[in-house]
Amino acid sequence: MRKASWFNLASVALGLAFLYLPIVILVIYSFNASRLVTVWGGWSTRWYAELLNDSAMLEAAWVTLRIAFLSATVATVLGTLGAIALVRFGRFRGRLLFAGMTYAPLVMPEVITGLSLLLLFVAVNIDRGFWTITIAHTTLTMCFVTVVVQSRLLTFDTSLEEAAMNLGCPPLRTFLTVTLPLIAPALVSGWVLAFTLSLDDLVLASFTTGPGATTLPIRIYSEIRLGVKPEINAICTIVIAVVATGIIAASLLAKFHDVSRDRGARFPVH
Amino acid sequence: MADGAVQATGPRRARLVVLIPYVWLVAFFLVPFLIVLKISLSQTAIAQPPYVPVFDPAADWEGLKQFLAALSFENYAFIGSDWLYLASYLKSLEVAAVSTALLLVVGFPLAYGMARAPRRWQPALFMLIVLPFWTSFLIRIYAWVNILQRDGLLNQLLLALRIVDEPPAWLSTDTAVYIGIVYSYLPFMVLPIYATLERMDESLIEAAADLGCPRWKAFWLVTLPLSLPGVMAGALLCFIPIVGEFVIPDLLGSSQTMMIGQTLWTEFFANKDWPVASAVAAVLLCLLVVPTVIYQQVQTRNLERGR
Repeated sequence: MRKASWFNLASVALGLAFLYLPIVILVIYSFNASRLVTVWGGWSTRWYAELLNDSAMLEAAWVTLRIAFLSATVATVLGTLGAIALVRFGRFRGRLLFAGMTYAPLVMPEVITGLSLLLLFVAVNIDRGFWTITIAHTTLTMCFVTVVVQSRLLTFDTSLEEAAMNLGCPPLRTFLTVTLPLIAPALVSGWVLAFTLSLDDLVLASFTTGPGATTLPIRIYSEIRLGVKPEINAICTIVIAVVATGIIAASLLAKFHDVSRDRGARFPVH
Repeated sequence: MADGAVQATGPRRARLVVLIPYVWLVAFFLVPFLIVLKISLSQTAIAQPPYVPVFDPAADWEGLKQFLAALSFENYAFIGSDWLYLASYLKSLEVAAVSTALLLVVGFPLAYGMARAPRRWQPALFMLIVLPFWTSFLIRIYAWVNILQRDGLLNQLLLALRIVDEPPAWLSTDTAVYIGIVYSYLPFMVLPIYATLERMDESLIEAAADLGCPRWKAFWLVTLPLSLPGVMAGALLCFIPIVGEFVIPDLLGSSQTMMIGQTLWTEFFANKDWPVASAVAAVLLCLLVVPTVIYQQVQTRNLERGR
């Protein structure tokens, strides 16, 4: 009954082209044999080979991955707790402030968050580096996790939990065996979102970093300021590939989870 | 239902669920802001940390009084008197307003097209819009540096098509900044609008058509008003962060009129004037308080409506 009109088709096609063309061009040019970034010199993987010898870049990548992994994990725990508090606890004291602190970082310009966190770290006089960046990223990304998990909890059928508790299942066990598996897809996408946000962040990391902790975005940024280079195209392509693989894997996982759950409901195994 | 779960969990454990994220956010989001406010009232000093007075918790009442007396509004007066800062704020607001309008023009048809596409395409389309948002912000801006540079692909194309004879400079112009912003923030505009349009009851349009309302008028009188919550959320979700945007104007824009994010960055990293940087941040924060509060309310209402 729905027919795609020409206008709608065109606006979607143009919009998607606008979104994807620059990335595609970047990826293609990372395989350019020529050192001149604007001249096409045939296909080659020499810039990838050259990256392998760039130990500073590899070190930065390793630091970034560790920070992203750690901060995403902590953020998922904190963000999930926050979402449960916001959805399930009704009007507890200080809810307004809590909701404000959850939504504000989503839109707050990163320069403000970064500056204020740095001033905190200076005030309490701790060494800046790996841990301070991790704290900064956790603070930002836990709010994104909260929003993701919150929307899942809002559309969630509480009768299953009630059934479990009516059958005498203790609350903590109900949470672990009923609630958690049901909101797991949201946790996974929250984690992946937090991970990629951390992987990507330049501003917070620049403010809260110290000697010895250079993340990949900081490194890429300082290189970009000096101009376009084929090695940068290559490292960017690798980052895009890693992130895209992660996202697609996560969404397939979530889909698989949903499908197997639906099947399980229809054809009970036990 | 919800309360039952809480009561059954036991008050102490339940309190812990709120307390842990609460304490974290107070410690790493709220307290830092108070420190920014405090330092914005301090003076620059050649010391470590580079400002006075430093609050000393060991000193008693006298110390606190001296500390309070040493605070001043000098930095704010300085920001107010220097044209550079005012120009920066105005420039940021202008860029944010113009780009939000551009985003609406580009994003609305895209969201509309998505919402009216055949149902089975929609998950894939949704994924396609979200995917670039997950790819690095910095990399996407860098992709445009590639395209917009003097002998980049855009100019090669324009020259090949003989649209221009001389390659125009794209980088370091406002146009480049607008392109970068619209490109980076497009998903933020499209997704909230798509969410409201997708939920809309299409029989309303059919009813309007049955009653003889032309399609454009039905769009104007029915679809548009119903999509307003999404439009509001999208516009605020874009406008607020764009005001403080740093990376995009830094890599694509000119250094003549800086946006406020850049000014703050320079003040902090190049001039090392922490008190002035803090005052710049505090004023920026005040500018954004009203839109942020509105955004929170829109967000809460949209979430509850989605229930």
